[in-house]
Amino acid sequence: MQFLQNPMPYILAGISVGGQYALIAIGYTMVYGILRLINFAHGDVFMVAGVFMVFLSASLPLGLAIPLVLVLTVLLGFVIERVAYKPLRTRNAPRMSIMISAIGVSYLLQNCALYFTGGLAKVYPQLPWLSDTIEIFGAVTKRVTLITPVFTIVLVVALVMFIRHTKIGMAMRAVAKDFETSRLMGIKVNSVISATFIIGSFLAAVGSLLYFTNYASVTPTSGGMPGLKCFVAAVFGGIGSIPGAVIGAFVIGISENIIKGLGWTTFSDAFTFALLIVILLVKPTGLFGEKATDKV
Amino acid sequence: MNAVKGKKRSLYTGCIIAALIVVLVVMELTMKSTSMVFTLLKKGAIYALVAVSMNLLNGFTGLFSLGQAGFMLIGAYTYAILTMPVSIKLSDSVYKYYDCAIGFELGVIPAMIVAGLLAAIFAALIGLPVLRLKSDYLAIATLGFAEILRAIFQWDAMGPITNGANVMRQYQDLTDIKVPFTDIPFPPVLFCFLVSGLCIGVIVLLINSSYGRAFKAIRDDEIAAEAMGINLFKHKEMSFVISSFFAGISGALLAMFQYTVQAAQFKTAMTYEILLIVVIGGIGSISGSCISSFLFIACNEWLLRFLDESSNNILGLTILRSGFRKVVFSIIIMVIVLFFPKGIMGDRELSLDRLKRPFAKKEKGVDAHG
Repeated sequence: MQFLQNPMPYILAGISVGGQYALIAIGYTMVYGILRLINFAHGDVFMVAGVFMVFLSASLPLGLAIPLVLVLTVLLGFVIERVAYKPLRTRNAPRMSIMISAIGVSYLLQNCALYFTGGLAKVYPQLPWLSDTIEIFGAVTKRVTLITPVFTIVLVVALVMFIRHTKIGMAMRAVAKDFETSRLMGIKVNSVISATFIIGSFLAAVGSLLYFTNYASVTPTSGGMPGLKCFVAAVFGGIGSIPGAVIGAFVIGISENIIKGLGWTTFSDAFTFALLIVILLVKPTGLFGEKATDKV
Repeated sequence: MNAVKGKKRSLYTGCIIAALIVVLVVMELTMKSTSMVFTLLKKGAIYALVAVSMNLLNGFTGLFSLGQAGFMLIGAYTYAILTMPVSIKLSDSVYKYYDCAIGFELGVIPAMIVAGLLAAIFAALIGLPVLRLKSDYLAIATLGFAEILRAIFQWDAMGPITNGANVMRQYQDLTDIKVPFTDIPFPPVLFCFLVSGLCIGVIVLLINSSYGRAFKAIRDDEIAAEAMGINLFKHKEMSFVISSFFAGISGALLAMFQYTVQAAQFKTAMTYEILLIVVIGGIGSISGSCISSFLFIACNEWLLRFLDESSNNILGLTILRSGFRKVVFSIIIMVIVLFFPKGIMGDRELSLDRLKRPFAKKEKGVDAHG
């Protein structure tokens, strides 16, 4: 019941985690919006970004390592789409097989991480300035806690502007609306999908920088649970909607930490899924989702 | 198919089953019980059962459910709690921090049945809301329920029943089974095979019944199936409950096989592994699931072991070390998923006709079903 005596640290941690979840949730919501695919591998891409950082920062200065991590993660997202999803899509495979392929990729990434890390929790490098501890409203925390929400909002606003006002953004909206028609209109659907994966992986890499600075260690399975939670956040906000995903992520991040503060740590993960089930039953389209009609 | 042929076939099947039992008994009497082969056979049989139960849902009813690990968890825990002798429950050796609330014990077979039933009851409750969802939402919701179940089993307040997050042990495991009315130990591998074979047999009968045809109709086209008068929800719920019942029994078998059970083991990764077994075997093929679960276990535990040993390195490279096996293994799985989406068997079944076909002259249009 520490939460009732001193709620500040929990709420701060919640906002911070929420911001990190938001960056991952955007990747889910954009991919689902376009491909109708739950990209199960996205959480593992996020984890692999953490592993990249651990290994690169060991031999390179941080100023070089961080951009390299971003580039490598983006490359990974791009390659996954091209190798594991595109062949199935062009073959017109059922949606279920693409999802199974995503699960296979997730399994592969986890096992690769297991191999390269030797199964041990790797210590995440301390980022100067971000990892410094500060005191706010009587709560001691790392500076990254405060930076994350601000940073997230800036990135999200930039992304929304990008989708509203650029040509590729317009193409993304068109493909999300109607796959076939946009192809007929001369949109290069494959490059739009690649762009989606690139943006999603980039945000996941940024999210992983912020997340692991807070948690200080990376294990091969540390991507799974945040990944699923971020998917729930995307569903909560209405899948396909970016502001929805961000709001959903903050709601999940904050309530999860409040539950931890109330002393029910075992249920902090379960809560997310309970929320998912309630949302799916009460309002399956989420907060901002568009109602889809099935044609017979 | 005419009656004579059918009779002949069931005779053949009976002979094969009898031969298999004899081989297993002879093996267990002659070989060392610690042999790797036995571990493979036991684990393979257990995974075959859970893979077939998942196939009933994913392959035959078209419900993409990812909750299998959760139902196995219920089965494993129910079994462990019910068969633990009362004297151990009262002592501190297992329930160290809690006082056990269950004051009785059951035999192996009743406990397994209760394990299955409890999993089925939970499935019925979970199914009420969840089965109204479609494809990927259903997948995520069932995955979520499995996670919630895991959290509940690890919860402190459940401690008097589930021992919290601590290990359950000292219940009746595979070595404790006796031949009825005697003190002779029952061969453990044979036990696994008998139980899972029996359960798989029941599933096969179900699939070949009118209910099974309704399941397949739902899988192929929900709207058409509904138009033909199939009660969608009733059949989905039925498939879900039956599948969970058998997942519960396989959970109980797994508990017997492992000697210890802990809730932390039943993660989503476990469901993913079972799903991959089903995919490798072929979605919608019972025999495929059985073959691929033995293959999966054999590769995972045994055949690819050499990849993990750093002493086998060639040219002084240090590629081979612990964990490399899993990398190779998952690449193989990805290749199967991408290039052989039908898996080993597709949606066909292994039968004597199929086995004979390469030798006999091929008749066009003769299907292996039957």
